[in-house]
Amino acid sequence: MVQFTLPKNSKIEKGRVIDAAGDAKRKKTFIVYRWNPEELDENGNTLNPRLDEYTIDLDKCGPMVLDALMYIKDSIDHGLTFRKSCREGICGSCAMNINGTNTLACTKDINDCKGDVKVTPLPHMSIIKDLVPDLNHVYAQYRNIEPWLKTDSSAPDRERLQSSEDANLLNGDDGRGPSGCILCFCCTTSCPSYWWNGDRFLGAAILQQAYRWIIDSRDEATGDRLDQLEDPFRLYRCHTIMNCSNTCPKGLNPGKAIAEIKKLMLARS
Amino acid sequence: MKLKWEAHGFKTPLARARGLGSLRSGLKEWVRLRVAAIASTILAFWFVWFVLQSVGMSHLEFVKYLAVPVNSIAMILFVITLFYHLVLGIREIMEDYIHSEWVKILALIFDYMFFSVSGVVCVFFVLKIAFSMGV
Repeated sequence: MVQFTLPKNSKIEKGRVIDAAGDAKRKKTFIVYRWNPEELDENGNTLNPRLDEYTIDLDKCGPMVLDALMYIKDSIDHGLTFRKSCREGICGSCAMNINGTNTLACTKDINDCKGDVKVTPLPHMSIIKDLVPDLNHVYAQYRNIEPWLKTDSSAPDRERLQSSEDANLLNGDDGRGPSGCILCFCCTTSCPSYWWNGDRFLGAAILQQAYRWIIDSRDEATGDRLDQLEDPFRLYRCHTIMNCSNTCPKGLNPGKAIAEIKKLMLARS
Repeated sequence: MKLKWEAHGFKTPLARARGLGSLRSGLKEWVRLRVAAIASTILAFWFVWFVLQSVGMSHLEFVKYLAVPVNSIAMILFVITLFYHLVLGIREIMEDYIHSEWVKILALIFDYMFFSVSGVVCVFFVLKIAFSMGV
């Protein structure tokens, strides 16, 4: 049915203000999105999300936004929930929206943030808790493109060979080819087309991964892969808005990968 | 009934992601939308030139000017490419933003009928002027 109202728990309220900096010389305020499905009002309904403000002493934590979040969790509010793992921009776990841009908290320098630092989850995803989005659907979409090498030829006795030119298609001359994607979903969740039609549109990250397998010289299922993508929603909901390429924290170009898929569709028509 | 791609508690994420499968079509509409855009952009330059040429003309002079075969033909092509692009473009926008399937179908029928009829009406009157003014 037509929906004119925002979904439940979309209204964000002002939260607590906590000053943990005292007389510190280098202060910074972090405004962090908080939502806990287990916090209920007297009628048993979940509360609306809120923005908590933490002012911290930057001399007590590391240089990146993730360091500040870890400091807040360790020293101020143990309940603050977010994903993290490698803390060096290779696992993609700590993807979140920092001052209006999707990026990795672990590679975002606090000094690059002007004024207060506003930290919210990846946009337009359903939230499990605080900064943790539900990624089940994007992972299922990833599974849907069958991201593994598919061959009908019998397996060789040694490695499957590839020319350096063919490898460069995957890795990129500058190391920023489609195989550099860490599946953090900053690009996918920055795309308005994905916000409105994410149930059917595959989104930038998945399409870039699909392209990575389409152009792999060792893969023998290219036609089937293109068949699976040729759909008004799966591929053609991309309207070249290019938020994906602007926001990618690894400096990749998912928008170009999608354009290349469209060119391949044209080439086989 | 919830359609296959809509979230539901008992549906696995993969069932939802796969939805009703790939349509294995969509390239043609994508190409047509762009070809119509390019064609109508080129013709739009002619249209601006045509309008500038007709500044200050009386009604009769303008009608005679439009009746010149080159102008009539260019005007008809402009109308066709523009309305063709309009039909496909509005369809894209409707598919983007309308999430109720039956509302979407009704809106698409309206889109195709309204803009096709509008285009035919425009072409008809250009032809009427072209033939009534005699070449």
